Amino acid sequence: MSSDTVRFRNGFDAAAGRRRCMSFRRRILDVSQRVTALHIAPAFSCLEMVDCIYHGLMRRRADGTFQDGFLLSKGHGCMAQFVILEALGILAPEELDRYCSPQSRLGGHPDYGTPGIEAATGSLGHGLSIALGMAYADTIRGDDRVTYVMLGDGEMEEGSTWEALMMAPNLGVRNLVGFIDLNDFQGLGRISDMHPNFYPIGEKITAFGWEVVEIDGHDAPAVFEAVTARQGDKPFMLVGRTVKGKGVSYMENVPIWHYRSPNPDEYRRAIDELCEVSP
Amino acid sequence: MRNQFAETFYQIGCEDPRLCLVVADISPAGSIQKFREFFPDRFVNTGVAEQVMIGMAAGMALRGLRPFAYTIATFALYRPLEMIRDDLAYHNLPVTVVGIGGGVAYSTLGGTHHAQEDVGLACTIPGLSVIVPCDPAEVADATRHCAQQNDGPIYLRLGKAGEPVLTADAAEPFRFGKLRYLRRGTDICVLSYGPVMAMAIEVADALATQGRSVSVVSTHTLKPLDRAGVAEALRTHDRVVVIEEASQQNGLGAQVKQIAWDTRAVCDLRSFSLQDAFIHTYGTHAQILEAHGLSVRSVLDVLATEPEAR
Repeated sequence: MSSDTVRFRNGFDAAAGRRRCMSFRRRILDVSQRVTALHIAPAFSCLEMVDCIYHGLMRRRADGTFQDGFLLSKGHGCMAQFVILEALGILAPEELDRYCSPQSRLGGHPDYGTPGIEAATGSLGHGLSIALGMAYADTIRGDDRVTYVMLGDGEMEEGSTWEALMMAPNLGVRNLVGFIDLNDFQGLGRISDMHPNFYPIGEKITAFGWEVVEIDGHDAPAVFEAVTARQGDKPFMLVGRTVKGKGVSYMENVPIWHYRSPNPDEYRRAIDELCEVSP
Repeated sequence: MRNQFAETFYQIGCEDPRLCLVVADISPAGSIQKFREFFPDRFVNTGVAEQVMIGMAAGMALRGLRPFAYTIATFALYRPLEMIRDDLAYHNLPVTVVGIGGGVAYSTLGGTHHAQEDVGLACTIPGLSVIVPCDPAEVADATRHCAQQNDGPIYLRLGKAGEPVLTADAAEPFRFGKLRYLRRGTDICVLSYGPVMAMAIEVADALATQGRSVSVVSTHTLKPLDRAGVAEALRTHDRVVVIEEASQQNGLGAQVKQIAWDTRAVCDLRSFSLQDAFIHTYGTHAQILEAHGLSVRSVLDVLATEPEAR
């Protein structure tokens, strides 16, 4: 089912999600004009899933704080998280305006102590173990909280990630929901070229005892539905097929945009493209 | 030591429901069995997987629990070093990493099981405290401190089992971050930590029979090191002797030498450490120490050939 045909499904407003993600991409591009480099493409590939987590999946208390938790294990995608936290009013716009400067708390990776950031990440292969510890602590204390964690496909190559993948079902945690931003790129190129035996990834995680669903990671309503419809008797992993650099044609699947800021011409072209498809 | 750790941990665990033990397929026996029976949810065995052991402990601490991560010292520190640095120290979480069999205690298991560099390595990580008790009584004090403090992660390096009590007649109690005089003298000060303290006491006894007045100090807290206390020891003794079961690289000897330079100390200073080398031999703990050059005889021989006058 295409998200274009569905405006509202199970509590997730597809059109509103598309509008948000469009403005988030523009905001990230705006910030890119003030720094020499930032991770645009890794943020664009996971943006719909992170937006779905914050605006659809995570429960909010009456005072506006989140009842559920979120870790961005692929910390280099932090611009996706920062712009969402800004939109939610958790981060002040000045913080993003001064990104990567001594006047801001925001840098190239999420830092512990920053509002809305539950753990510092940046070194890959840490987030799933930390999230598992959180989920396990909530389980044994009886706290009603789901811990969501976003992994990059590149960091699935870290052995530590597999230690946590193997351990989570052993502990019987039902409140751990992982996402893999499967954009098929790591630092030096395509995973399918360099590490073809990485695939099939979903079957591997299933074999480790997880409930796994693999879908289009840019189809936020489908992501929302897959997560909310999970059986819930095991840890859950959503493998989201994505496009690195999604939304800007010349960035899509081009490795250089892993960590590069567009020049003024490129910036205008990107903004124009985003305006064209904007609802 | 591990039995005393288990007993103390069990006692505190009965009082504090936040206390958890995360092990990587190595667990102390004795009272930990009781802990597992009474609090099965608070005991996690990650299997032979040290990275998730530390990462999980971090996540549990972020949710308000008090985890201890426990395995053999080499595996506890070296394998998941980046998790200790990033997940524990960078987040300043109250997690204790317990390394059992520190130094060359696993004397028959070879170099893969020798934690020689652990003290120096742990001391370089910002925010990571390092405690090495010298006997079971100090293990109890240190374990209690680790469980109750709020100042970030601690590397707690223990010996194995069967270590004698050395601090029963200590002149001072255990205080985190402070030198602990076991006995006070005026001529020579012997600084040591961990089970090799037994050797340090033998050295002190021998020097005493030679007519010297000898202080013996348990330097159980390697980080934060009691710099003022070390400076005072350097100032008030003619000779300071460091005996440690750890590499000379950034160990106690190296740190005391830094303090001596910084404070313009004028006393004689000798340090005895494990070699910066792998020893390919097996035997008793004492035999491996001797292979590294650490024995009562070798220490006394060196001290006898060096003048101690100011």
